[in-house]
Amino acid sequence: MPKIANHTSSLAIKSYIAVFSARFRTLLQYRAAAFAGFGTQFFWGLIRVMIFEAFYRSTTAPQPMTADEVITYIWLGQAFLVLIPYQGADPDIRAMVRSGNVVYELVRPTNLYFFWYSRAIAQRTAPGVFRALPMFIMAGLFFNMQMPPNIPTACAWLVSMLFAVLISAAITNLLNISLLWTISGEGLGLLLSSLTWLFSGIIIPLLFFPDWAQATLNILPFRYILDIPFRFYLGHIPPEEIWYHLPFQITYLIALITAGHLILTLGIRRLVAQGG
Amino acid sequence: MPHIIVENLVKTFQIAQRQPGVWGALRGVLHRNYRQITALDGISFTIESGELIGYIGPNGAGKSTTVKVLSGILVPDTGRCEILGRVPWKERISHVAHIGVVFGQRTQLWWDLPVIESFDLLRDIYRVDHHQYAQTRDEMIAILDLESLLDIPVRQLSLGQRMRCDLAAALIHRPSILFLDEPTIGLDIVSKLAVRDFIKRLNQERDVTVILTTHDLDDIEALCTRVMVIGQGQILSDGPLENLRARVTTERRLIVDLEGTEDITDPDASVVLRDGHRVHLTFDPDRVATADLIARITAQHPVRDLFVENTPIEEIISRLYAENR
Repeated sequence: MPKIANHTSSLAIKSYIAVFSARFRTLLQYRAAAFAGFGTQFFWGLIRVMIFEAFYRSTTAPQPMTADEVITYIWLGQAFLVLIPYQGADPDIRAMVRSGNVVYELVRPTNLYFFWYSRAIAQRTAPGVFRALPMFIMAGLFFNMQMPPNIPTACAWLVSMLFAVLISAAITNLLNISLLWTISGEGLGLLLSSLTWLFSGIIIPLLFFPDWAQATLNILPFRYILDIPFRFYLGHIPPEEIWYHLPFQITYLIALITAGHLILTLGIRRLVAQGG
Repeated sequence: MPHIIVENLVKTFQIAQRQPGVWGALRGVLHRNYRQITALDGISFTIESGELIGYIGPNGAGKSTTVKVLSGILVPDTGRCEILGRVPWKERISHVAHIGVVFGQRTQLWWDLPVIESFDLLRDIYRVDHHQYAQTRDEMIAILDLESLLDIPVRQLSLGQRMRCDLAAALIHRPSILFLDEPTIGLDIVSKLAVRDFIKRLNQERDVTVILTTHDLDDIEALCTRVMVIGQGQILSDGPLENLRARVTTERRLIVDLEGTEDITDPDASVVLRDGHRVHLTFDPDRVATADLIARITAQHPVRDLFVENTPIEEIISRLYAENR
């Protein structure tokens, strides 16, 4: 009997896909949460749409986006709210760090960063499945949400959306890794999620920020999570400009992953596995 | 070449000390006192392929720390460690592919998933080939009697059931070394025997090297050919169980059930315990032959029953701990 299993590093990706899909399936089970989430986000969206309609009726100054564009932008934000790491770190990892079960994560023949990153991608996508689609249908049919004007626009949107998911998951993974220091992870979680909340464009589209803030917004990675993909969707940014924005998205992604990797390596070195 | 080489391993932890009370908490913000705890204070040993080793010591002696260093989880301060030719914390990923670990107080199964899905997931994580996986899985299911548990979510299992599943989970990738950290903790006697039996078979039939830490000395007596005792971060004793016994004491016990309740006096034996008709005597077999002692006592007293046993291992261990305090 061969005692040692065959391990080839070329298949390493299999491990990550396995953990992603397990986490994805687990998250899909929370159907009650999905329906409740959809309900909340739908009504919240209605309120935001009404606020902007009132604003457009009363304003005479030229605005950076048309009223129709803003309405679609808002509905997109409601549909893809789960891209914002608003619940902080992965609750499973938090429980593992608290109980000490995290030691088992370290005896897996995988890179711990990407092991957790796979989970983070699942966490940023699975809850969206039952929210995004109904939101498109409801808002598209009844509340003036537009579809992308043409196919190149839709393609540019999809590409930037894909990287938005990866960037957001990398931020989520930073929160996961911070648990190795703080155990509960609430401090950093709150800070990072509020930053994302404000600077991704979910509260008000980033173009409505004052001019002096634009330079800062442009150098932060957060706008690549919602604002830039949404403006591609609207055709507000022409699709060929994907070649300008994509390198930025990739650079941010690499920077976030590299930073996370480094911090995790430090975290493991100082690890004190608690409880005997 | 030995499977496991450990030389002079040292691991210390810094622990922040908190002052009691509100004033202490405020002071703690500005200035913290750190206390250094030496969990491993220069331990060395080598382990050959196929050994089944008992690793025992009181709480806080450094057992779990050793297991965590050996399994690549913790990085030691100084010292050398090579397992199957690899340094665990430097080549963690290739190292852990060849070892299995069970921490008795934790589970590696996915809490919300049925047991079988955890096994499938581990197959993918360890990249075990499907054919080999099916074979290992079916063997484990048969030996550990898991058939009826496979579809139950892990959170609904009893501790004994969960431990059997955890053992199977640690072996899905057929490791050649298995670390078991208190695998029988909290188990009832039936589960304990099942776990013990399984460990023994694994070691004998598949030649898996097993390092077992436990507080249950019956585990050690039933399983281990070699026992390492650790206390305050140092190896106090290392060798076969008999050597450990011989090193601490050669004493044996004679337990006699008398017809009456009279006292037993004998120049070569002393009474350590008396419980109704039952008398526990200790004696040194080097000073008096067991047969002679029994003959003398049965000649002097009407005896219902008697038997000889070795000093309980608990007592040996506690003496060893006391010596090194």
